[in-house]
Amino acid sequence: MIGLGLPRGFVVTLKNFIRPAVTEQYPDRRIGLFGAAKEAGMNPVRFLFSRPKESFKAFVGLATVPVAVKQSARFRGNEFVFFEDRCTACASCAKYCPLGIIEIVSVPGKIDAQEGESYKLEVFDIDIGRCMFCGLCVEACPYDALHMGTQFERSKYVRDSLVITKEELGAALKRPSSFYRPQFEEKTFDPFLEVIEDFHDAGRHERPSADELKRKWVDER
Amino acid sequence: MGQSFLDNSLWRNVYCFLAGDSTDCATRNYSDGVLPAGMEWLAFLIAAVVVIALVINGVLGGVIVLIWGERRLFGRFQSRTGPNRWGPWGTLTSVADAIKTMFKEDVVPADADRILFNLAPVLIAAPALLVFAVIPFGIGTYVADLNVGILFVMAVTSLTTLSVLTAAWSSANRIAILSALRSVALLISYEIPMALALVGVIMLAGSMSLGGIIEAQSVPFIIVQPLAIFVFFLAAMAEMARAPFDLTEAESELAAGYLNDYASMKFGLFFLAEFMAELSTSAIVTTLFLGGWKGWEPIPSHFWFAAKLVLVLFVIIWFRMTLPRLRVDQVLKLAWKGLFELTMINIIVTAVLIAIWPEPTTSRLWIMAAINWPVAIISIWAVSKLLGTTQYENPVPDPSSPVYPVATSAIPASAVFSGDVVVGPTGMDGGD
Amino acid sequence: MAIKTQPVTVNLGPQHPSTHGVFRMRVMFDGEEIVDVEPVFGYLHRGSEKLAEERTYTQVVTLTDRMDYVSSMLNNHAYMLAVEKLAGIEPSPRGVWLRMIASELQRIASHLVATGFLLQDLGALGTPLIYAMRERENILDLFEMLCGARITNSYLRPGGVFMDAPDEFWPALKRSLVDILNTIDELETYLSGNEIVFSRTKGTAVLPPELLINASITGPMLRASGVDWDLRHRNPYDYYDKVQFNRILHTASDNYARYWVRVQEMRESLKIIHQCVEQIEPGPVRPSFDEIPRLIRPPVGDAYVAIEGSKGELGFYLVSDGGISPYRMHVRASSLINLTLLRDMLIGGLFGDLFVTFGSVDLNMGEVDR
Repeated sequence: MIGLGLPRGFVVTLKNFIRPAVTEQYPDRRIGLFGAAKEAGMNPVRFLFSRPKESFKAFVGLATVPVAVKQSARFRGNEFVFFEDRCTACASCAKYCPLGIIEIVSVPGKIDAQEGESYKLEVFDIDIGRCMFCGLCVEACPYDALHMGTQFERSKYVRDSLVITKEELGAALKRPSSFYRPQFEEKTFDPFLEVIEDFHDAGRHERPSADELKRKWVDER
Repeated sequence: MGQSFLDNSLWRNVYCFLAGDSTDCATRNYSDGVLPAGMEWLAFLIAAVVVIALVINGVLGGVIVLIWGERRLFGRFQSRTGPNRWGPWGTLTSVADAIKTMFKEDVVPADADRILFNLAPVLIAAPALLVFAVIPFGIGTYVADLNVGILFVMAVTSLTTLSVLTAAWSSANRIAILSALRSVALLISYEIPMALALVGVIMLAGSMSLGGIIEAQSVPFIIVQPLAIFVFFLAAMAEMARAPFDLTEAESELAAGYLNDYASMKFGLFFLAEFMAELSTSAIVTTLFLGGWKGWEPIPSHFWFAAKLVLVLFVIIWFRMTLPRLRVDQVLKLAWKGLFELTMINIIVTAVLIAIWPEPTTSRLWIMAAINWPVAIISIWAVSKLLGTTQYENPVPDPSSPVYPVATSAIPASAVFSGDVVVGPTGMDGGD
Repeated sequence: MAIKTQPVTVNLGPQHPSTHGVFRMRVMFDGEEIVDVEPVFGYLHRGSEKLAEERTYTQVVTLTDRMDYVSSMLNNHAYMLAVEKLAGIEPSPRGVWLRMIASELQRIASHLVATGFLLQDLGALGTPLIYAMRERENILDLFEMLCGARITNSYLRPGGVFMDAPDEFWPALKRSLVDILNTIDELETYLSGNEIVFSRTKGTAVLPPELLINASITGPMLRASGVDWDLRHRNPYDYYDKVQFNRILHTASDNYARYWVRVQEMRESLKIIHQCVEQIEPGPVRPSFDEIPRLIRPPVGDAYVAIEGSKGELGFYLVSDGGISPYRMHVRASSLINLTLLRDMLIGGLFGDLFVTFGSVDLNMGEVDR
């Protein structure tokens, strides 16, 4: 209908003018007076009288609260999670990486290594300056030693410091993503709230009982 | 000294504070000034400088606020928040921008005509400020009340195009030249409907001074002169190159048009001039059509002026956020084939009405409005029919094909399933 | 009396706000009228096809993400179909349904971007673009739930997808479908009846269907001229024969028709997603690793598979020499082929229509240059 198209457009923009903003504020969010009162856990009127200075600050829009942007649990972040105790230094990840940015140097743990004993990992470097976070290394890892991380604030000033070493990986908080790790989804593990402390918990199976271990490693031999 | 100077309350307060035993001040119950008698000429000068400084700085401050407000409104129209980081509600964002602009490197292209290149930003800033000389911001608050105020406004706003052309020509940039040519075409086309739209207002008010027009508006002329405001608003948008007529800058076509080669504060001046033009346009619309500073008594006149100004600014921003840009031939067609006719109709109808009622009182203005509105709606409809392009209907989808309700029914249970995920062969085999 | 004027050559791009990437046009203007156009591209060439020869078949997925980066899921899809044909892999049904859902979501996202940027080129100063992007965010959130990434998905694997959708995906999908439908309605109220959009786009850059067929143009551009060519319908891959949808055709073949076809196709994609959700069944999302190892060694031979991408026929041609990586990979990039008619569309038009026409082709420089 000619003639009504333009006014309809004005109505649409005005509707969007009224609807709340979809902006994700990061790293902190501006809260108004009501938000600040809610933060302080009191009703706005009481907040206004008990803390006039803070409420003025909140009113002019200077009060902020830090926000953590909520990602999906499968988010492929750029802080890898690595459990050295689970790693056998098989280098599957290094072979599977499309860019070849994982460097692994391993030595036999002992001269007469037995089955079940792992190689000792000397170097495990991921050059995340070149990483594209495709997750193929995580997919390749048969021992669930390497996981994608969910954190992403890893900007650095020097390119060299983008290489994550074994020590750095070991010291980092273990907040693994559930990317290609269905065990975390089954456990409803929330990487944004919880941390995996024990490397056993990152595995794909239930932890075997002592009897099972004995049967498998002693009786069957 | 003429009485008209002392009507200017801004000027009068400063002058009478300074002037010695000036009889002009004495008639207005001012005590003796601080300067000795005989120094009235100095008081006159100082008062003039103070008033001008006040208005210029007020306008520049207004522009800073306007830039911030416009960005916030853009944000709201696009369901964003807009700038909110720096200062209360993000108000200091424009200040930060201004500082950043000043400290940027001033680049002059090698092929540029240096003198003209440096002159153009000054040329564009000066007329943008000059417009504010005649605008009454409140009762007795103005720099000068010219008896040909409207003519002055029309003349000064046209100067902008000259500086745009200067900027484009001197920067030796082909895209800039295209932009400047568009600007000139816009000016030539839209100056005529803009001026003609004001004829109706002038006829009704019987005065060309902005103060006189405000006095005449016992009913705001937006009600009495719908065609005039329609044409004037569109023409003013075109004159200051705002969407949907932003052909000179046309970000998606010409990148930035004539601004392409400007950097640093030279760019800043252009930017400032653009926003000053927006401010002055809203001020003129407020003055001519919304009754200027007129309002109900307890609230001061300056507040009424500011409120109406903000309202007009909001509409301008709303237009900019909603409408796509017109093509250059369509813009020119609209001016010559559409708006020109509308102004002619408006002039004829207003002339006839004034011939019937030579002294328009309030009630007569209401009757005029009642006649003008149907005329306006019918003529706008007729002109839009005349300008309408060839239309075709969109094909209708095959009605026999099944229609699926999108996301109205529940997600079936068969879809929700997790587990039994194929994962890689595990080497540990329960060994951990 | 015609004024004698001299044409002026203007260089637009590669750094121009409206060239959708790094594209360059040398345009000859006579006043505002376009006399000649010479497109220059290759600024984003990364040698993806050559790089694929040094990657295993699974690793190449990550390269396909980066070709047409606003529809990476569709690139994944086309590539995986080619790998499956080459290696003779039978995909898992649930994986197929999931990748169909993902592909249709990606098609909506891509069309939203195309529509939004077309309107941005029309000079609507970001408003419709941001409305479109707002809904695209929803879709990207869904992708993040599926595969952990928003743009560079790498979701598909030979024989299906790498992981089943999480539980929270399905309610979120349902919510998003409603939101997307509302936004499409909003965009249509806002712009499909807008007189300025009408006057700017109707009757500009009209292309005859014969020319389009001769230049092997595909996708919405072809369908806007009335040629009924949709590979989902003509040559159903995956389970597209099990879903029903309208083929969107327009006969005007101008900029408006191309815009209109895209908007309507989003509605059809919503229908397809709904039917996929109705028909999806439990099961593994990809064949087990006993059937398909990580390192595929397809038999010697070649395979070409084309799907209906968001921009046209998106084909992958793979040659295997029996090794672990493709001997040769070639991509039939629909953007590049759709670009070939740019000159025919632009010459004789006005400067104001240049970027509108350019936007109506829906190019992605990542795909043009690869």
